[in-house]
Amino acid sequence: MSTATRTLGSPVERIEGREKVAGEAVYAAEHDPERVVHAVIVQAAIAKGSVASVDAGEALRLPGVLGVLCAENAPELPGGEGELAVLQSPGVAYRGQIVAAAIADTLETARHAAQLVRVTYETAAHDVELHAGHPRLYKPDKVNPNFSTDTEEGDVDAALGAAEVTVDEIYTTPAQHNNPMEPHATVAVWEDGDLRLYDSTQGAWNAAQAIAKVFALDPGRVRVISQHVGGGFGSKGTPRPHAVLAAMCARYVGRPVKLAVTRRQMFTLTGYRTPTIQRIRLGADAGARLQAIAHDVIEQTSTVQEFAEQTAVVTRMLYAAPNRRTTHRLVALDLPTPSWMRAPGECPGMFALESALDELAIACGIDPVELRLRNEPEIDPESGNPFSTRNLVACLRDGAARFGWTDRPGVRSRRDGRWMVGMGVASSTYPARRAAATAHATAAGDGTYVFRISAADIGTGARTVLTQIAADALEVPLDRVRVEIGDSDAGQAMLAGGSMGTSSWGAAIIEACAGLRAGEPEVHVDTAESAREAVPFARHAFGAQFVEVRVDADTGEVRIPRALGMFACGRILNPLTARSQFLGGMTMGISMALFEETILDPVAGAYMNSDLAMYHVPTNADIGEIDVGWVAEEDTTVNPMGAKGIGEIGIVGTAAAVANAVYNATGVRVRDLPITPAKLVGRL
Amino acid sequence: MAELATVTLCINGEQRTLELDTRTSLLDLLRERLRLTGSKKGCDHGQCGACTVLIDGRRANACLALAVAHDGAEITTIEGLAAGGLHPLQTAFVATDAFQCGYCTPGQICSAVGMLAEVEAGWPSHAAADVARAPELDADEIRERMSGNICRCGAYPNIVRAIQAVAG
Repeated sequence: MSTATRTLGSPVERIEGREKVAGEAVYAAEHDPERVVHAVIVQAAIAKGSVASVDAGEALRLPGVLGVLCAENAPELPGGEGELAVLQSPGVAYRGQIVAAAIADTLETARHAAQLVRVTYETAAHDVELHAGHPRLYKPDKVNPNFSTDTEEGDVDAALGAAEVTVDEIYTTPAQHNNPMEPHATVAVWEDGDLRLYDSTQGAWNAAQAIAKVFALDPGRVRVISQHVGGGFGSKGTPRPHAVLAAMCARYVGRPVKLAVTRRQMFTLTGYRTPTIQRIRLGADAGARLQAIAHDVIEQTSTVQEFAEQTAVVTRMLYAAPNRRTTHRLVALDLPTPSWMRAPGECPGMFALESALDELAIACGIDPVELRLRNEPEIDPESGNPFSTRNLVACLRDGAARFGWTDRPGVRSRRDGRWMVGMGVASSTYPARRAAATAHATAAGDGTYVFRISAADIGTGARTVLTQIAADALEVPLDRVRVEIGDSDAGQAMLAGGSMGTSSWGAAIIEACAGLRAGEPEVHVDTAESAREAVPFARHAFGAQFVEVRVDADTGEVRIPRALGMFACGRILNPLTARSQFLGGMTMGISMALFEETILDPVAGAYMNSDLAMYHVPTNADIGEIDVGWVAEEDTTVNPMGAKGIGEIGIVGTAAAVANAVYNATGVRVRDLPITPAKLVGRL
Repeated sequence: MAELATVTLCINGEQRTLELDTRTSLLDLLRERLRLTGSKKGCDHGQCGACTVLIDGRRANACLALAVAHDGAEITTIEGLAAGGLHPLQTAFVATDAFQCGYCTPGQICSAVGMLAEVEAGWPSHAAADVARAPELDADEIRERMSGNICRCGAYPNIVRAIQAVAG
């Protein structure tokens, strides 16, 4: 390959960058088909029971109103299941569930009409509180997406009894909401029985399949288009009920319908991260080597459909010990169904595990970096397979040097005026996988190439990096390649999730390029076979997070002047956009540590702080200097690019690094996120 | 019920006389009626800044502005900033990768344009040590002054860099 044309590994600016800064990039709700009208959702005002009556009379009398849809007049959805069985029964499973929709010629009128729909209810007692002693805790068959619910090896209890040093603590994380900047939205158009959706989704093909099933349509008759997506973080990974509702409304009024979920509605209709209650028990010998690890998790699901977050799965592979145990227990509450939020499982699980490791280091009297180095496993403790690449040690060592870890103060020993200063560390890890994808490629004959793949760019830079992959594989300049994404018509492809997007799509692009280079003018590839191949390796990305905190001794306010993430994620394909992904993950991790918490009102049976004034995410002034680095690595067991996914690992471990730094600064251990001033003030 | 009113707005240099539903926010007017969809709706409550535009040169949340209340106003949106070729801030945002999903970006850029004018005019901020002196636009000042615009992708450090590159 001639080096002149290589762009992988170079900081290529985003291909759609100009469109985005000029306001020309079109997101779902900005599509404007002819005769489009607006729908507005009416939500259940009780937490449990059923709708007794819907009086739409006043709403329908408003000029401009085209209809009100509710369970009484909604069409049957032959394949509607769980959250997608929209308006299929009068039952109310949680406060905020969709009970009606008003459709009108303008947004203003639709909004007014939705307010005029009178709904009465039969109310039943609700149960919304997660606690460790809940009588309805049960063991799910699997945890997301398909992991064993429990694992056990050796005799944990005996090993803990015999251990020189033990840690046995409960860590809790609250419900958190993804809150991408672009609210979920769908524009639905029916044409001759075919359904076209402009939808804000992380996977156009998956969305089309799911919607086709709901309406019992041939999948070829549903097309989902999603050119630009304003963030997702998991919440746009599967279709949400509003997408089904938009299609129902469009069919009902016989016109295209635009339905944009409001920020407030996003807190009930678009998924969230389950709260977790995690007990971690660690036992170590006198040399600080782990002899026993137990991670027992309690979390919630809904009565509508099961979602079992894989919170303890990460504990199965990160550190070795002869005696290990992980469990997950759920309770189905009268709340919306939890779902994916950036690094589901690893993110909350690693807060607990990496906080406990810090507590163990303190109990053993050794440096927390050293504790991790001593417990580095040679092979994957779970599968017994070797790791394809595992550079956690390099991340810890290089990161410690770059961050100035040796300057870390003793516990509660550094003061700068009213600020108590400390440092913390935690490991990061995330699985490196890929899945099947199809791709089409055409050589135009004039030296340009067009690729079509149902990939999604939710801000990851996928469009740019896929273009780089194709250009490199073809040995042509970037401007000879156009990669068209965000259209289900391109066929099956992995969604933008599980840090598997670029890994899966890139492999398909490379396979297509091989056909083009062999002289075929048009190529269609399907990587199902190669993606399925068994690989005798444990494949994971790793990282180490270092954080400095300053805690106000009077108010308990925590500031983070600087943080460093060192990562080992295979080959970095575009350092400009990759750095942004790591930055973004770490920022969301800092946010998890200090700010994010959706607060339940047990009496109302609902999450109450459902807007961006009360649900806190970081602003610019909350984020200091964040340094991002990576160690040289290439892993072609994951994909031919040698890369590992990077969308999620940045958030994994960050919150623990913050909590550990807060302990170092103050001597106060907070095991209950977020670390708000209220949890520190009076203890400093 | 819809009540109508006639207003005249100068939008990106173009005089527009419009008959409007009086309930229409400036943001919905731009997005739904005039197809200027560069201004984004992130919360519709003035909490996220994605809809930031310039009203008579000052940054404002278009979702909190009723269009009829701004008769005679001059409105500049992200499309207007790009009209004669990209504004230097728009170019800088691309070069420093000051966004990922791009949804908060038009608001960030309009806000930065307004913010730089505020600094030019000597307006103090919470981050200033001495509010009586002319503000110096260091990183902390930029962070403070740009905190009305949320970026969930976490591009803040790059946004600061982009603004520094233009402010000099």
